[in-house]
Amino acid sequence: MSAPHHGLPRLLAGLEPGGAPMSLAGHTHIHGPLPYIAPDQLIEEVGRSGLRGRGGADFPTARKLRAVAVRRRVGPVLVNGSETEPASAKDRLLLARLPHLVLDGAVLAAGAVGASEVIVKVGEGAADALDALRGAVSVRDGDRVRISVLAGPEGYVTGEESAVVHFLNGGPAKPTFVPPRPFERGIRGRPTLIQNPETLAQLALVARFGSSWYRELGTLADPGSALVTITGSVRHPGVYELAFGTPMSDLLDAAGGPVEPLQALLVGGYFGTWVDASNAVGLRLAREDLRSVGCSLGSGVLIALGESACGVHESARVISYLASQSAGQCGPCLYGLRAIADSFGALADGVAEPRERDRLLRWCADVRGRGACHHPDGAVRFVESALRVFARDLEGHPRGRCDALPAGLPLGDSAVQPPGSANRRTRALAR
Amino acid sequence: MSATLRINPIACEAHGLCVELLPELIRLDDWGYPILDESEVPSDLIGLARRAVDACPTLALLLDDDRD
Repeated sequence: MSAPHHGLPRLLAGLEPGGAPMSLAGHTHIHGPLPYIAPDQLIEEVGRSGLRGRGGADFPTARKLRAVAVRRRVGPVLVNGSETEPASAKDRLLLARLPHLVLDGAVLAAGAVGASEVIVKVGEGAADALDALRGAVSVRDGDRVRISVLAGPEGYVTGEESAVVHFLNGGPAKPTFVPPRPFERGIRGRPTLIQNPETLAQLALVARFGSSWYRELGTLADPGSALVTITGSVRHPGVYELAFGTPMSDLLDAAGGPVEPLQALLVGGYFGTWVDASNAVGLRLAREDLRSVGCSLGSGVLIALGESACGVHESARVISYLASQSAGQCGPCLYGLRAIADSFGALADGVAEPRERDRLLRWCADVRGRGACHHPDGAVRFVESALRVFARDLEGHPRGRCDALPAGLPLGDSAVQPPGSANRRTRALAR
Repeated sequence: MSATLRINPIACEAHGLCVELLPELIRLDDWGYPILDESEVPSDLIGLARRAVDACPTLALLLDDDRD
């Protein structure tokens, strides 16, 4: 066992800017070989570490492992590398540059739950991640599980757990009506553990160095480090590894600091929440702090909105994008989000009916919780936070034009994407 | 004994029979899809709830008997 490294970086140790995927030799040199740990012992250790899922749901990883481990005829472990949140780049960074760390975690998790197979699912556009993973799988030996790498369709809801399972079972990449949940009946009808790549990378380090080491960073409630994609009005947008408990201002400084005074931060990506910059300054990267202003870290995205931009227009673009990304299966999501996007757009363009805002709030309340997946819930959370944080700007919009500059928030490959913003994803670099 | 109603939103095609048969528990949103404000079914409405479930042309309305 190699000596544990103290401080940061942990996951991103040894990563060089702009480089190729880390070799197995390089990976083993930095972190040591893959340890063997008995299943129960690994789950216990993960439980003591306090590790939670990094795909957005914050679910305690040990509980998820145990829920599958107690079942019979367990199916493959699914590494959900879809990362369909357009502003997020952390999972792709891990898969494309540190594939062995993620695969170590997947192999360990498979051992812990009694799975004999690992499937890594990545969006078909992430060619670098697919190449790195296939290369990594071909040089590994000694894994007691079969590992396969699969490319799947892209689109906001295709990364949702049940949508990935549906796709791998031969159906369209669209969410299904749950229960049964994947840990009950997943791939090929078998109990399936689904984990985010970062969660597995963290697990690979907990397995090597233990829960006490893991807790050397972070807070009591949120131990360890996290990958955060910091973008928007910062000097060096990219993926950064930071300890939980880090103040928001230090997060922004990690990305080179703001390029102009900020008016708001979008915390948690497009399923996330706008927070007024003055409220955000005092926050730390911790669930408790984020909850106090009604948000969560989600998939680890932080978008800074500068004062020269218009939060109303930017939000209108995002809402329109989210509406376009409905899988189109559930009426309240398909029609409700479209109506909400049009209504918000009317407010932004100053052509809204009187009481438009009241109707919009009623629609948000009506749509919440009424999809098979949480797509509509995330979208209305975003809308409600936009109405709250940009309330004053919204009042001004009907009376006159808004001459703010477009901030060009990244919106994936959808039609509403402005030219030039596509390279934000690929610019992600560890610094 | 208690029972709860659920809607499978993928199966639901907004035929609206449920709201005709069970307006006490179901209302329609602005797009014609049913909203369950309260999923718990009071015992005096269980008969009507069963009728609404049976009437749904897409089998999208589900009644879970906690007894089962």
